[in-house]
Amino acid sequence: MATENTAAEVAGAAHEAGKAGMPQLDFSTFPNQIFWLVVTLVVIYFILSRIALPRIGAVLAERKGTMTNDLAAAEELKQKAVAAEQAYNDALARARVEAAKIVAEARAEIQKDLDKATAKADAEIAAKAAESEKRIAEIRAGAVEAVTAVAKDTAKELVSALGGKADAASVNAAVAARLKG
Amino acid sequence: MAGEAHSEGGLAFHPLQQFEIHPLFGEGPIQWYTPTNVTLWMALAILCVIALFVIGTRGRAVIPTRVQSVAELAYGFVYKMVEDVTGHDGVKYFPYIFTVFLFILFSNFLGLIPGSFTTTSHIAVTAILGFGVFIAVTLLGFILHGAHFLGLFWMKDAPLALRPIIAVIELISYFVRPVSHSIRLAGNIMAGHAVMKVFAAFAPMILISTIGVVVTPVSVLAITAIYGLEVLVAFIQAYVFTILTCVYLKDALHPGH
Repeated sequence: MATENTAAEVAGAAHEAGKAGMPQLDFSTFPNQIFWLVVTLVVIYFILSRIALPRIGAVLAERKGTMTNDLAAAEELKQKAVAAEQAYNDALARARVEAAKIVAEARAEIQKDLDKATAKADAEIAAKAAESEKRIAEIRAGAVEAVTAVAKDTAKELVSALGGKADAASVNAAVAARLKG
Repeated sequence: MAGEAHSEGGLAFHPLQQFEIHPLFGEGPIQWYTPTNVTLWMALAILCVIALFVIGTRGRAVIPTRVQSVAELAYGFVYKMVEDVTGHDGVKYFPYIFTVFLFILFSNFLGLIPGSFTTTSHIAVTAILGFGVFIAVTLLGFILHGAHFLGLFWMKDAPLALRPIIAVIELISYFVRPVSHSIRLAGNIMAGHAVMKVFAAFAPMILISTIGVVVTPVSVLAITAIYGLEVLVAFIQAYVFTILTCVYLKDALHPGH
């Protein structure tokens, strides 16, 4: 009886000592902590390896794939944009050449019309000038004739006034010779 | 203990009380299977893992939600650490290392909740983690390399005369690894929490004595500062434990330095 009491007291005292000291060094709780630690680690390991890690790994891989694809698509679009710009520039250059050609043609056409009109105008002017020349010549001829007639009449009048018998034919011949003279 | 507390002028100093383990239901001796506060806080760590890594990633979104991106960040952080330290052939041990990392990380952070219990402050827990890593890595080294694993201790580039001496030193340091590995974690966490508790005990001084006008604000400020430090320590210790695990694993995978 007495020994039992003493044993219980000693055990109690030891327990108290454990409480009073560092709980970390109370070895009576070690099996409990180790058991629950192992359970916890196993549970976390299974949660991670069965569910979480494959899922996150898949998401990361998918994201990487998506980004790679998107970057490739962006690169392709960029190439297309460059090609489109090239085509645009080509078209612009072609249009410019075309426009220059049209301008040249138009200029040639206008020049041709202009030349034709100028030639026609020159011809008309030349015709008018020739006609005027003819008229002037006619007028001059008319004047000479009139002068001849007046000179013959005057000569006949003078001859008869001076008392001579004016032979019309010889007077005319003399006046004509004089006018030629 | 109680007498000492009274001699301090009515202040109650029980900085180690927070580390006590007691059954969750009723009183009585703690058997190995008894649900205790250890069980509770470890279960909460599991719940945190589930919340972050199972519920948080259930969308499997290519454009992640905030929770999912945190989970991805943690995954990428540890994955890169394992890959960088151990090389490409160490990646298949990533789930084990990630398990240890998350357990320590969540235990440390859950322990920062006022009134909580910190499982990683117990040497029994960290010693199992530390020695678990040690035994696993040593076995792995012998399984992968057989007797060549002992080349880890035999420096081929040292002078021949020095090699036995170096081998002894290397051997001792190798066996000290699990001890330092586990005590570093438990010691850091326990010390921080105990110091916080000591300052907390000084905080009600203003109710007892006029000197409390000075002591109380100082201790409140100190608790705040140390709490901030402990948040840092909670992460850093999880990181340190994990990266050392990777380093030890690297030795087992590539013992030829």
